Amino acid sequence: MAIFILYKTILVLLVFLISLGVAAYSTYAERKVAAFMQDRIGPDRAGPFGILQPMADGLKMFMKEEIIPTVSNKFLFILGPSLAMLTALMTGVVVPWGGNINIGDYSFPLQIADINIGILYVFGVVSFGVYGIMIGGWASNNKYSMLGALRASSQMISYEIAMGLALVALIMKTGSLSLGEIVRQQDGTMWNVVYQPLGFLIFLICAFAETNRAPFDLPECETELVGGYHTEYSSMKLGFYLFAEYINIFISSAIISSLYFGGYNIPFQNHLPIDGNVLSILQFAFFFGKIIFFIFFFMWVRWTIPRFRYDQLMNLGWKILIPLAIFNILATGVLMYALGKV
Amino acid sequence: MQLTNRKKVVVKKEMSLVEQLYLPAIANGMTITFRHLFKKPATVRYPEVKREISGTYRGQHVLKRDENGAERCTACGLCAVACPAEAITMDAAERRKGDEHLYREEKYAAVYEINMLRCIFCGLCEEACPKEAIFLTDRIVPVSGNRKDMVYGKDKLVEDVNHPIDLSERQTPEVVEFKKDKTKYHNQTWKDRGNLLNENKHH
Ligand code: SF4
Ligand code: SF4
Repeated sequence: MAIFILYKTILVLLVFLISLGVAAYSTYAERKVAAFMQDRIGPDRAGPFGILQPMADGLKMFMKEEIIPTVSNKFLFILGPSLAMLTALMTGVVVPWGGNINIGDYSFPLQIADINIGILYVFGVVSFGVYGIMIGGWASNNKYSMLGALRASSQMISYEIAMGLALVALIMKTGSLSLGEIVRQQDGTMWNVVYQPLGFLIFLICAFAETNRAPFDLPECETELVGGYHTEYSSMKLGFYLFAEYINIFISSAIISSLYFGGYNIPFQNHLPIDGNVLSILQFAFFFGKIIFFIFFFMWVRWTIPRFRYDQLMNLGWKILIPLAIFNILATGVLMYALGKV
Repeated sequence: MQLTNRKKVVVKKEMSLVEQLYLPAIANGMTITFRHLFKKPATVRYPEVKREISGTYRGQHVLKRDENGAERCTACGLCAVACPAEAITMDAAERRKGDEHLYREEKYAAVYEINMLRCIFCGLCEEACPKEAIFLTDRIVPVSGNRKDMVYGKDKLVEDVNHPIDLSERQTPEVVEFKKDKTKYHNQTWKDRGNLLNENKHH
């Protein structure tokens, strides 16, 4: 038991540190990707190729003057970014990062908690994330921040519905809400995306909206809202908001890969001449490759597609994605019935 | 007037079903941005790498000396008058006895300042100067964190006696040739004009 607790503690710490590290380097990667797509060079001053840039950015964020508006609700003002960070970091616990590691008689799964309602947990925590933004916008006591927060919350709520509906079809297929189980089912090459292409597309679009990424980054539209829900934030509190977004991207990428792209599964892994711990480590690396691809994908889309108008965003969510998701559920049901899977 | 050959006539027709999906258009856009990942950057790492600039580039000014090393500028003020940004100011002074090797004319600029923050590098000062004294060079004005440093005095503008700045690039052979054409009013010096006047009187 003691070993078990120690192991889980270490794993939690590791996932925490990896999330922070990946998020930090995502900020750097984002700037580099943007630069390359625009035929520029990007940050290259701090260290070779600018790889120390995240440290410099972090240091800058901490050193900047911190302003808390006198008319704001100080407690909530500080709570906002903390909540955003907290919820962003909490989802990492249900992601299966790889197979099992066997040492002696013990078998250590590379997943912190394989709870049987894993997906529901993710949804619960993610919808909690809207409080971070909402409270931040409200506590600022600034109309524009408030508007940004309102937009953020209505956007997140409406896209969560479509996201949930897209997942219903997937759960019908897998018959399980546990992320570990869903990943285990995708052994081989027939990943869920093959069965659920429409569901994947809807999920992907909703993931963009949920993480407030372009083209759905309407909570922070400079032209209409000055800065958005974080207009009044300065120094590291703003940093936390922005950082939480990158953690969210990382976790979303992990969840998308787990749900639709086989998670840590390597195609033909059962035919590889290796097994045991080496395979587990390889799986972990492979999973990370998928995650990194999706992080890149998030950036790729951001630097390609312009921002939506707010009514277009709402139209897309309510009038297109939700009906499509319902259609997807029906089609999945009919197909499963026809194939005799029910 | 056609500026590029990339014009596209806007058609206001109903979008087809495939177009309404927007997905092909998005995929198309994403391939375009993806291809740019492998293109050569258009920017250069500036302080380390300097972009090659044209010989006729208009950068920081220089006040030229003549063949004998004397300052050409006679503080006539024409450049200041011509300057649309009012960047040039000067104080004239009279040349003392014994300073003939320093200043070419009896009048010279005791103070000559160009405010580089105002200058728009139009080159009109260069065109206005009757003494071929002021030129724009291919040197880029370095940045500064201090406004005062951006007012360039004679210490920064007058060329070094021992290291004259080569302006042959700037003065292309065509320009040199053109300047010899004294029938053009622009190219006439006061002396030329006096001679022409005298010639006309004789007729
Ligand atoms: S280049 Fe133009 S703006 Fe600059 S000092 Fe000469 S006349 Fe003035
Ligand atoms: S630089 Fe030329 S135009 Fe300007 S004051 Fe001197 S002689 Fe006159």
